[in-house]
Amino acid sequence: MADEATRKAVSDIPLLKTNSGPRDKELWVQRLREEYLALIKYVENNKAADNDWFRLESNKEGTRWFGKCWYIHELLKYEFDLEFDIPVTYPATAPEVAIPELDGKTAKMYRGGKICLTDHFKPLWARNVPKFGLAHLMALGLGPWLAVEIPDLIAKGIIEHKEQQNS
Amino acid sequence: MTTVEELRLRIRELENELIKSKQKQSDAEHHLRPKIDKMSAEVVDSNPYSRLMALKRMGIVQDYERIRSYSVAVVGVGGVGSVTAEMLTRCGIGKLLLFDYDKVELANMNRLFFQPHQAGLSKVQAAEHTLRNINPDVAFETHNYNITTMDNFTHFMERISHGGLEGKPVDLILSCVDNFEARMAINTACNELGQTWMESGVSENAVSGHIQLIIPGETACFACAPPLVVAANIDEKTLKKDGVCAASLPTTMGVVAGLLVQNVLKYLLGFGTVSYYLGYNAMQDFFPSMAMKANPQCDNAHCRRQQEEYKKKEAEQPKQEVVEEEEEVVHEDNEWGIELVSEVSEAELQDASGPVPDLPEGINVAYTIPKKDGVSGDTVEETEQSLEELMAQMKNM
Ligand SMILES: [Zn+2]
Repeated sequence: MADEATRKAVSDIPLLKTNSGPRDKELWVQRLREEYLALIKYVENNKAADNDWFRLESNKEGTRWFGKCWYIHELLKYEFDLEFDIPVTYPATAPEVAIPELDGKTAKMYRGGKICLTDHFKPLWARNVPKFGLAHLMALGLGPWLAVEIPDLIAKGIIEHKEQQNS
Repeated sequence: MTTVEELRLRIRELENELIKSKQKQSDAEHHLRPKIDKMSAEVVDSNPYSRLMALKRMGIVQDYERIRSYSVAVVGVGGVGSVTAEMLTRCGIGKLLLFDYDKVELANMNRLFFQPHQAGLSKVQAAEHTLRNINPDVAFETHNYNITTMDNFTHFMERISHGGLEGKPVDLILSCVDNFEARMAINTACNELGQTWMESGVSENAVSGHIQLIIPGETACFACAPPLVVAANIDEKTLKKDGVCAASLPTTMGVVAGLLVQNVLKYLLGFGTVSYYLGYNAMQDFFPSMAMKANPQCDNAHCRRQQEEYKKKEAEQPKQEVVEEEEEVVHEDNEWGIELVSEVSEAELQDASGPVPDLPEGINVAYTIPKKDGVSGDTVEETEQSLEELMAQMKNM
């Protein structure tokens, strides 16, 4: 499913308890609290391991999420905006994470810049409903995608470091 | 810098284009036939329904005109959905509701229906324009949005309940979407509303597909079992998925759209045998079929409620001969004969003895879900912090 480092990172993310989606009003607030607790813990773990790589925030209903992710390649930091909506069927189905500025630049994306996850992701998510949350989606979905795609896009000259672009 | 001369040229180019497009438009308006009040069986070259009405004379369909009383919602107007909508339009369906959030792109031109000059238009808008030209008797309603988000989903449910002819519920929803989230959203809506629908799909390698009739409470819903896949019998080692998400062929999509609409016509007009699940393996030209009952342990609470209601209704009905042979979902662990497709690694295969429905040859589950507990570990530690405080904390990290 994933490399050793990812497995370790995932096992250190606390699991969620509340099986509820955005249509469930009060229970959804509880689920959102758990989502934030898990995300905060994951970001703290990343910082402690000197591998801080994303930030996320949401609207107050917790249905629309946006933030930044970055990837260090040869000592240069490449940063991207990311966004996604919580589908009404969450957590039974994971949200589709999008990096709109990379839309059309790689075949490993669906329309609208939605990243194309590995075949292993869906079964893994399905087996861990409702314990997996957005932090797991980041660790198992977006993280591995960036690690494969960004170096490739840089090598092909499709993306450039932003400061270099300015000079 | 652009010179004045270049700008003049550009203006002339654009003026020419405008004239051409105006001509095209007036041509189209000219060819638009008047609406037809009543379907006629008269065989004259001006009657668009004569060959369809001939189905009646031949005794295939009892009452073809009934098609005008039905409304069908098509969710996803891509490779399968657009062709589906065109077939239903040509058949003279009463009303079509189209849902899609996407735009026409040149990258879609390997598929049927849309044309390069429509690039940039919303798919539902472009489709309505073409379809209205083909058959002005059909009523259209289009929605350019993603049904899986909160607000849109509520609106989608409302249109399913009241968007049919004369404000009635629609008669059938056709899922022609290309992703799991949207299928689950349709499934959720249909289970809540008790709405019959048909699922369709083409695999990401473009060489297999399927259609499925879902009657909430009666046949298996989309959440009753892990997603089903039609085995294409490709040596998995030679199948390369690196570098691309999905392939697509106009042929496979056309076949699946044809199978889907055929099933719709049989279901609505009451002829032939309606398929519950029909697969298409393009590599071997193999069409596995089956029927699957709803799973009493389905994760979807509304599916379980619909099953209860269906049972009650069945008990009240006088016993009838059961013609359809249905296969039951197996719920115990299945250590033998688990057939899994490529998507599962060796390691996962070992801890993946989740229940597998009893499926005929050629149809598999995409994965299995072992008895509840996937991973184990610490759960989130409860704190006194409110959601707002947690949001602020995350923001300040
Ligand atoms: Zn079900």
